[in-house]
Amino acid sequence: MTTSVHQLDDGAWLSVNDSREVNVSDLWWLARQDFCDCEMADFLAEGFVEIGVDHPDVEGRVAGQCIACGESGVTDWLTLGRVVDPDEGEFYAVDPTSVHVPERRRRLARPAES
Amino acid sequence: MASKVEGWKDEVYGEEVRDHLFRFAEEGWSAIPDEEHDAWFERFKWWGLYHQRKGQESYFMMRIGTPNGRMTPEQLRVVGEIARDYATGPVDNPEFGDAYCDWTTRQSIQMHWIQLQDIPEIFEKLEAHDLSTIQACGDSWRNIVGSPMAGRDADEHIDAWPVIKELNETFKGNDDHSNLPRKWKVAVTGDTRGSGQAEINDLGFEPATKDGRRGFNVTVGGGLSRKEPRFARDIDVFVTPETLPDVAGGLSALFRDNGDRDDRFNARIKFLVDEWGTEKLRRVLQEEYVDFELPSAGEDLREGYTYNSGRSDETGDYVGVHDQVDGQNFVGLSVLVGRMGAEDVIELADLAEEYGSELVGLTQRQNIVVADIADEDLDEFLAEDLLENYSPDPHPFMRGSVACTGTEYCSLSIVETKNRMVRYARWLKDNVELPEGLTDFHIHLSGCTASCAQPQIADISLRGMKTRKNGEPVEAFDIGLGGGLGENPQFADWVEMRVAADEVPGYIENLLGIYEERRDEGESFREFIARHTDDELNGLAEPEETSYEDPYLGNTKLTWYPYADDSDMDAAPTPADD
Repeated sequence: MTTSVHQLDDGAWLSVNDSREVNVSDLWWLARQDFCDCEMADFLAEGFVEIGVDHPDVEGRVAGQCIACGESGVTDWLTLGRVVDPDEGEFYAVDPTSVHVPERRRRLARPAES
Repeated sequence: MASKVEGWKDEVYGEEVRDHLFRFAEEGWSAIPDEEHDAWFERFKWWGLYHQRKGQESYFMMRIGTPNGRMTPEQLRVVGEIARDYATGPVDNPEFGDAYCDWTTRQSIQMHWIQLQDIPEIFEKLEAHDLSTIQACGDSWRNIVGSPMAGRDADEHIDAWPVIKELNETFKGNDDHSNLPRKWKVAVTGDTRGSGQAEINDLGFEPATKDGRRGFNVTVGGGLSRKEPRFARDIDVFVTPETLPDVAGGLSALFRDNGDRDDRFNARIKFLVDEWGTEKLRRVLQEEYVDFELPSAGEDLREGYTYNSGRSDETGDYVGVHDQVDGQNFVGLSVLVGRMGAEDVIELADLAEEYGSELVGLTQRQNIVVADIADEDLDEFLAEDLLENYSPDPHPFMRGSVACTGTEYCSLSIVETKNRMVRYARWLKDNVELPEGLTDFHIHLSGCTASCAQPQIADISLRGMKTRKNGEPVEAFDIGLGGGLGENPQFADWVEMRVAADEVPGYIENLLGIYEERRDEGESFREFIARHTDDELNGLAEPEETSYEDPYLGNTKLTWYPYADDSDMDAAPTPADD
């Protein structure tokens, strides 16, 4: 089974296999990041801009703002969760309140589906 | 590469969605294949149905588009009855009870907790009374906005209602215009107040005169969403009521053919106007989409605009008693944050009918207007009990408050909105002394950057945010000042960022104190803000905790419904097969 991922409703949420899995409005701790000058960005997710899959990870670039310094923009790729077994299709979301490291993609990845 | 939504639209979209909707209604929620949920929910929008947020699966928001917000009392009653009979959720709202209607900032009606199996029956009731949800959401002609009292308002340049009706009839259910790259919001203003708020619409028609003829100037590419606000740009075209539909259709077709279908974030026509400029837009319109020579713009009436204009001498918002051209009166009633209980809606419909009214109208300030009240009946009408809650002479904090749907139902919102705005308005009314002469003061509270409460065009703009208090995340607002329309439209300057929601009323109290102390004689609040620089506005007043208490300070988005006793997401009444 292919894993279907996309953002919907103006980027309000990440859909994985037609189920709403990750929503905007959470705060994410981002470390080793270029988004702002803070050592750790306290990032408010306001909209999912781009979604991709780097098996088994489901990744996204997210628009929002660091609520510590006020810098706003779009993050590099963040792992939003995993689909370990594409046949089973179960999505395991990451916990936004733990610390995340955004990554620049080393290859082009815009698979709407993988 | 066309976006995924475009792919779904290519398969099924427009009027044909209705047949599928009815099939699903008959077979039940589980008949929608799991792997097709997203595609169908996107398509249902075209018929005015919007799947509610996470935790509220299988429930829909239903939007009814009422051009210019106009209804007969009978239609209003049907709306109230549908809300009463079908829009009751599992849990009451603590401020508004179990069933209610929302009057929106685009003169439409929204109800929540609608279930799929009820939709055919609801549509039948609506259509039997010439009401419809068609194209109320989705990528096509949305509800056309303008003066709810067109043809009756004594402050009128031209009666735009006939041409608005023509537009509505022409472009609803029109295959050539049913699948646009994105939403298409149209405003036609015929009054002298500027109540259509054409400045913030994709396509606007503003009252104008040319060579002694009354008509409209055409503006394109306005909108407030996504931190990319634009005022609609003047494309130097004058139309009469006779030529208006051709130009409107030409621009809609131009958008259909040239808007960005690859990137939905770049799809609104405001971005095409940014890219092309108005001269190219006008040239392409002339050469490819209309077959007569477009006259240049006429003389506008902006100088006299009073609607949401921040003037100290006049308030054009329809609230209160106003003259009609036929010697009768229309009475505008304040509906705090636009939410009205279903039973109250029915009672108002009965009252309107009893007093001989043939028209009620919704305004973009989320209020309701009852037309055709005779002079001799006026005192009696104004003394009706219902008007104690929906006042024609409200306190300015009640009158000026506008709020969007918020985390109660909306996926995008960051914060709770309507109930919070109700609490803000009440606290301000009870605790803040109004600066003398301040009769109109607009606070627009929007849950996110989509800007459905039009936050950038208010005296006080509130946009949903988060901050931390004692290390804990709390709901907050960015605060903007000095926005409004009128002769010289102005977006708010964002001056205080990430203010915890319980410190906002204190900020407003402090700011009004400074305004009263330092204003020049006769200076409106908006004028006072306008004469300060950005640097002066930053830190002009301090946010502060006060006696105001905010029950929604934590993350309301983490609940399945913020007001449920057990609001945990796991307690959501999700369908068994979901």
